[in-house]
Amino acid sequence: MRVDAEGGGPGAAPKKGEERITGEVLLSIDDISLSFGGVKAISHVSFDIRKGEIRAIIGPNGAGKTSMLNVINGFYHPQEGTITFKGETRAKMRPYVAASQGIARTFQNVALFKGMSTLDNIMSGRSLKMHRNFFWQMLWFGPAQREEIAHRRRVEEIIDFLEIEHIRKTPVGKLPYGLQKRVELGRALAMEPDLLLLDEPMAGMNLEEKEDMSRFIIDVSDQFGTTIALIEHDMGVVMDLSDRVVVLDYGSKIADGTPDEVRGNQKVIDAYLGVAH
Amino acid sequence: MADGVAAADAGHDTFPKLLLRNAEIRGERPAMREKDLGIWQTWSWKDVLAEIRAFSVGLAQIGLKRGDKVAIVGQNRPRLYWSMCAAQAIGAVPVPLYADSVAEEMAFVLAHAEVVAAIVEDQEQVDKLLSVAAEVPLLKTIVYDDPRGLRDYDPEHLFSFERVQEKGREHLAASPGAKGEWEAGIGRGKGSDLAILLYTSGTTGRPKGVMLSFDNLVISAENGNRFDHLGESEEVVAYLPMAWVGDHIFSYAQSYCAGYCVACPESPETVIQDRRELGPTYFFAPPRVFENLLTMIMVRMEDAGRLQYRMFHAFMALARRVGEKILNGEKVPARDRLLYRLGEILVYGPVKNRLGFSRLKVGYTAGEAIGPEIFRFYRALGVNLKQLYGQTEASVYITMQPDGEIHADTVGTPAPQVEIKIAESGEVLYRSPGVFLGYYKQEEATAATKTADGWVHTGDAGFFDAAGHLKIIDRAKDVGKLTDGSLFPPKYVENKLKFYPNIKEAVAFGADRDMVCCFVNIDLTAVGSWAERNNISYASYQELSQHPEVIGQVREHVDQVNRDLAAEPMMAGAQIHRFLVLHKELDADDGELTRTQKVRRSFIAERYGELIEALYDGSEMVHARTEVTFEDGRKGMIAADVKIIEMTVHEPMRADRPALAEAAE
Repeated sequence: MRVDAEGGGPGAAPKKGEERITGEVLLSIDDISLSFGGVKAISHVSFDIRKGEIRAIIGPNGAGKTSMLNVINGFYHPQEGTITFKGETRAKMRPYVAASQGIARTFQNVALFKGMSTLDNIMSGRSLKMHRNFFWQMLWFGPAQREEIAHRRRVEEIIDFLEIEHIRKTPVGKLPYGLQKRVELGRALAMEPDLLLLDEPMAGMNLEEKEDMSRFIIDVSDQFGTTIALIEHDMGVVMDLSDRVVVLDYGSKIADGTPDEVRGNQKVIDAYLGVAH
Repeated sequence: MADGVAAADAGHDTFPKLLLRNAEIRGERPAMREKDLGIWQTWSWKDVLAEIRAFSVGLAQIGLKRGDKVAIVGQNRPRLYWSMCAAQAIGAVPVPLYADSVAEEMAFVLAHAEVVAAIVEDQEQVDKLLSVAAEVPLLKTIVYDDPRGLRDYDPEHLFSFERVQEKGREHLAASPGAKGEWEAGIGRGKGSDLAILLYTSGTTGRPKGVMLSFDNLVISAENGNRFDHLGESEEVVAYLPMAWVGDHIFSYAQSYCAGYCVACPESPETVIQDRRELGPTYFFAPPRVFENLLTMIMVRMEDAGRLQYRMFHAFMALARRVGEKILNGEKVPARDRLLYRLGEILVYGPVKNRLGFSRLKVGYTAGEAIGPEIFRFYRALGVNLKQLYGQTEASVYITMQPDGEIHADTVGTPAPQVEIKIAESGEVLYRSPGVFLGYYKQEEATAATKTADGWVHTGDAGFFDAAGHLKIIDRAKDVGKLTDGSLFPPKYVENKLKFYPNIKEAVAFGADRDMVCCFVNIDLTAVGSWAERNNISYASYQELSQHPEVIGQVREHVDQVNRDLAAEPMMAGAQIHRFLVLHKELDADDGELTRTQKVRRSFIAERYGELIEALYDGSEMVHARTEVTFEDGRKGMIAADVKIIEMTVHEPMRADRPALAEAAE
């Protein structure tokens, strides 16, 4: 569908890419370095993420991709460099600031509340947006109830969007892996993020689940206009999904550009296929 | 025919006319429900009229004319049901299609029916239609219900449902006479007009378009309502394919006639939960649905605690003994009656609630013979489940079981206004007001099925028993004989196997051969759950199907079926001599089942020729390579070594055995 739309498509509608991506920089990473003791995880990496785009971060195992996401949402604090998000420059992010400023993420290993239902898990993504204090929430009736109903509506829209109505009340621990990943995406969406970080959203999925997930990612970008940064190993998926790709290897950036540019880059080919030194 | 209904009953002989009547006499009563964002939304008949009027006028605005064919494609959604009535109101003919059929199947029907517009559910269906656009040049307009993902599509031939309604409302507001004109248009419709084209899924060859008139449908629906005393207070859940005649009668025709409420589930996966919330009073399902529900209960009971497990089985034994008698109003000892009441509180009530049958007045099964054990299970629980025998060509009803005269092995007495006769060959023929006008653009096929004086060949073999109930043995062409002359009704054997929760499908062979052999398909839900509980790991369906313990279980079931067959003198010859467990699930995408999930016997015989060969040539193992179609339409190959199991055949039993006594009852 996306390929159609960008290739001129069936009609004269404006091209999706042009319309969606404004070119305005949402997040920029400047000369970031991160090390754990003597191990250099990231060294002098710079790139930016523009509003509305799907930005992929790829690289072989241990290239520093997940560390990069952790730096963006403040789990790790880099020793050097700055992060500029929505025009505000910081030396380091903090998870709480990241979350309240509109950065949401999913994890490589599913990190849901296993004993809670799908509905409650996604609802938990709304907690930052609930404003009634503990007293009102205990009282429940009145403002807290109205607030909860409004949030529940939003959550139900996400459930509808992700087509998981049938597991609304099922504890997520009982769900197959592919569905758990979808619930996790739902929880991230419940935060109504400006920037969505997806850490290997398709790891361990079969072909059909991957296709479903790809469609949901495109739909998220399309319908909500959410900016997405994703890490993924499946090259086919990355090349089809993303607008721009940054490639890391041993903590350094080795390429940055459109999927086609990256595909032809000799350094990238060497990094992935290995080369005799 | 005293109990029949006059054709032009007070002039309400088409569905649009019935809609106007319902909005007038029961305007505030609920007509339609749908679960949206987790909450049930309700439309009254007045609301429905307003929605349909706006859409119908809108359809006329975008160029639809009297006589045009309009495809309806999607799952059961209120707007798609409204679309049918909206099209009929301006004299267009709806053609519902199976939502899960692949693009080529759709292209054939669209082209054959000369469809000019399609009203579809979502992007998936729009994509399918666009992909076959070149093959159906007549199809100009597509209207979609759910706008998701359709933002970047060419808007010229694509309309959202709202956009069409808007056009309708604008026109209604702009010209004061428009509403009256629309109603006058409805008034011009006649009962004898073509109401709908239903394409039969076709166990053989290309689908045929069955033309049904308003008279066919309205009279049949009125008869059905009267037979079971259905009124405006009924609630039903619409979850069966809209292209199936059963759903058309039950969720559309009967609802418009009686004025009852139809609810659409949230999604196909939530049907069981939604049904439980709604508690329908009237329910119609093919045997497969009842089989699946039974399997689900049995699987859950396997996982239940010891107390629940024993309680369930103790009370189910009681229910099997007396439940059906109580339901039929027969005499039962006071002690059993009391225990049954206790069981109602502890077991039957909760089980029925789980299934959504708590408020059920009457439930029907049709489409295929139901296994007697499955049928009795529901009857024993106190669910008034009945069988009917019907066809698309008859607007469903041929025979129905009247209350109190329910037998698991018959399909009942002729439905109101239906005449039945049995041909020399054993084939059942019928004549009724529901008899179809003909197959669309297939005069030859029509002539072969419908005689000049209105009798229709069913293609099924059957006979009337002493009590006047029709008994269907099998498809007339499927009932075969073994080389030694003994009778071989394949479906009878297969249904016995399919009662076991871990067997999903069976295909028996034996016509013109010296013995009966059989393919078995395991049920992945049941066997998978069993494997999980017993720490048996498996990587694929193939591997699980060939697991020695799985084969061992199936072997026990086959042996039990052989014992049952041996207990019936007529059937003793049809015992299964050899069988194999198929390495692949039979699937409609591969053409092995029809879209209504019936086995396509001849196709399977051809496709698995080498396996059948192996069943009869005495080999113990066969290597099979089979092509499969994935959901996205690509093809792949699967290969497996399939074991063949030899069975011992039992001597026909003597008449004093209890099994026979039961069969003769």
